[in-house]
Amino acid sequence: MSTAVKDTPAVEADSERRLNMIEAINDALAVSMERDPDVVVMGEDVGYFGGVFRCTAGLQEKFGKTRVFDTPISECGIIAVAVGMGAYGLRPVPEIQFADYIYPGLDQLISEAARLRYRSAGEYIAPMTVRSPFGGGIFGGQTHSQSPEAIFTHVSGLKTVIPSTPYDAKGLLISAIEDNDPVIFFEPKRIYNGPFSGYYDKPAQPWKRFDESVVPEGHYTIPLGKARRVTEGNELTILAYGTMVHVVEAVCREKGVEADILDLRTLVPLDIEAIEASVERTGRCLIVHEATRTSGFGAELSALVTERCFYHLEAPVERVTGFDTPYPHSLEWAYFPGPVRIGEALDKILKD
Amino acid sequence: MADRPESGAAQGENRPKLSLHVPEPKFRPGDTVNFSHLQIPEVGTAPRPDETCDPKDMHELAFGLVRVLGDDNLAHGAWDPKLDPETLRKMLGHMAMTRAFDERMFRGQRQGKTSFYMKCTGEEATSVSASMALAADDMVFPSYRQQGILIQRGYPMIEMINQIYSNKGDKLKGRQLPIMYSSREHSFFTISGNLATQTPQAVGWAMASAIKGDSRIAATWVGEGSTAEGDFHSACTFATVYNAPVILNVINNQWAISSFSGFAGAERTTFAARALGYGLAGLRVDGNDALACYAAEQWAANRARANAGPTLIEFFTYRAEGHSTSDDPTGYRSAQERTEWPLGDPVTRLKDHLIALGEWDEERQEKMDLDAAEFVKKTTKEAEANGILGHGLHHPFRTMFEDVFEELPWHLKEQSEQAIRERETKFPGGLDL
Repeated sequence: MSTAVKDTPAVEADSERRLNMIEAINDALAVSMERDPDVVVMGEDVGYFGGVFRCTAGLQEKFGKTRVFDTPISECGIIAVAVGMGAYGLRPVPEIQFADYIYPGLDQLISEAARLRYRSAGEYIAPMTVRSPFGGGIFGGQTHSQSPEAIFTHVSGLKTVIPSTPYDAKGLLISAIEDNDPVIFFEPKRIYNGPFSGYYDKPAQPWKRFDESVVPEGHYTIPLGKARRVTEGNELTILAYGTMVHVVEAVCREKGVEADILDLRTLVPLDIEAIEASVERTGRCLIVHEATRTSGFGAELSALVTERCFYHLEAPVERVTGFDTPYPHSLEWAYFPGPVRIGEALDKILKD
Repeated sequence: MADRPESGAAQGENRPKLSLHVPEPKFRPGDTVNFSHLQIPEVGTAPRPDETCDPKDMHELAFGLVRVLGDDNLAHGAWDPKLDPETLRKMLGHMAMTRAFDERMFRGQRQGKTSFYMKCTGEEATSVSASMALAADDMVFPSYRQQGILIQRGYPMIEMINQIYSNKGDKLKGRQLPIMYSSREHSFFTISGNLATQTPQAVGWAMASAIKGDSRIAATWVGEGSTAEGDFHSACTFATVYNAPVILNVINNQWAISSFSGFAGAERTTFAARALGYGLAGLRVDGNDALACYAAEQWAANRARANAGPTLIEFFTYRAEGHSTSDDPTGYRSAQERTEWPLGDPVTRLKDHLIALGEWDEERQEKMDLDAAEFVKKTTKEAEANGILGHGLHHPFRTMFEDVFEELPWHLKEQSEQAIRERETKFPGGLDL
């Protein structure tokens, strides 16, 4: 039995409040700060200006300069002071302006935040949520487009969360902030303003036209470690997260493929039960991510599915990913794992 | 030769050749040591500004040396903390205990009771005296050579030894390299082992204390070699930007394993002078002078507590022993350095001061040293009842998987089951799993 849950909010039509993902994240931060005076938000340009993507807009005005503040341009310092604040008892939510900038903070994340609980046998913890926009599709070039999630899933002690809708973004972010372990919260910036079908040459759609943008007021959570079933189908299982959830959904719709699409939502901890249940039913599994291929999270998923569902498989597990190159500026759409690459993989996996 | 643009080739030939400077310490093994090149200011001459002073006015203190105890064994100048004899005896007692502890643990490692140890011989004042100048609930973020803080704060010695032996009594469950202590109860942060990571973390703790309107401050210790890490720069930047109530202690003990302080920039300037560029208060202190160490830390604590800003203190000292049990210092430096060090030994100097005051004598010192050695010996025996490294008396096997996360996720549950299966195969029914 699949544990995947469909979290469509039960909201009356006349009380519908539709938000894009930026507004939903902002709402999650405001709700968390309202409920818990120990939650603090910091990062480059997050204070008065409200963040380069506006995710923290208005928070400083509402909660004051000592709870929402700008930081020096030092990702090492941002993560390190968050570790210290966590040791004091605060619940910091640092923003790293782009996931591509997170590398100077890696030692503080990998050797410090992720290991405090273990090395001190629970005396000290680092209950921080590191928010960071990631992924391409906005002409960000090679330093504003990367998807480094596999670096973090490889580290014991870190949780990695990636939302794909405004509703999920709010519920998952509140869960992450309330979690007592350090969480990497990657926000797919291509879908901040609307879901993306993968057809970059078609007009962009705003979130407000989609039900996933109905975001209730106040506090709600989505548990970490539970996948979301996006569409139900019997032809194959597709494992995706972030932007790629919408791309695979559009491609399947266009090709008339009835896929069991699972939006993983959290990579660590992973909803292995939902994956196993689905693959055992469909017998085929396609894994789609935007990150580079070699040692990407798809490799882990492919290994898990092969180890655990091998005798149910009717075709080899397939991966569709970005190429093993830096993200090129002018050839962005040649790099992006779009409808053509996904379509080819679907044809291959469904052939026999 | 390296490739160069064709258009620049002809031009370059006429310019002088550049040369790379690679620092070299003054003395290597076998060399006769002469420290006369070190500029040691007169005792008692350093001015003691008000704790709220502007860092711009501290130039002299960042390049000089705060010294209190003179060759006459008496305290001199504005930095004399004027401690009562009872406090001085306590300070001496903690330093003597730290030294006795180091001696025994070093020997224990040589006897195969554990894998690793690090002594702080010659640097006792930089942790014991500094720690005494803080409040017991001020948070400390130490490096790996501040065992004196735990001894001064009354952390049970048996816990230290259990940790060093990674035995079944080890509160850290045998996960950490020996001496990487942690005690929340004693406001002592878990020691990392990665260098300088604790420095900006201390700043973050201090920022949190200020955010909450608390009155506790943070202090952190880092070696001079580790100031080269980017984390140190982050710490100084965040400390100055947010005026964090924090003390950044730099222990300049001249050596980072086999690399002398020149590889951290000591040939050109002092470590205290780093403070000036950031707008931090900067003090350079004789680290072998227990009274100067106390006075400097107290000055910085007063400054932080008054919201007057952070302080960077360089404790100028000498690492009398090897870096750890894993290196032999006779392989890279002259053995004479230790005996020729112009600032003496911190324990001897404090003892001589107390004797000069008529508050102590050699007999009592001898008894103090014997009592300390006896106490460490007795505590070591107690700890050994919990096991020594590699003799099976460790924490149960399943604990390896605990505390990675607050709750055990499915993949760690599966791996834990596998580990227990492996043990059952190797030791059928015979071990506490």
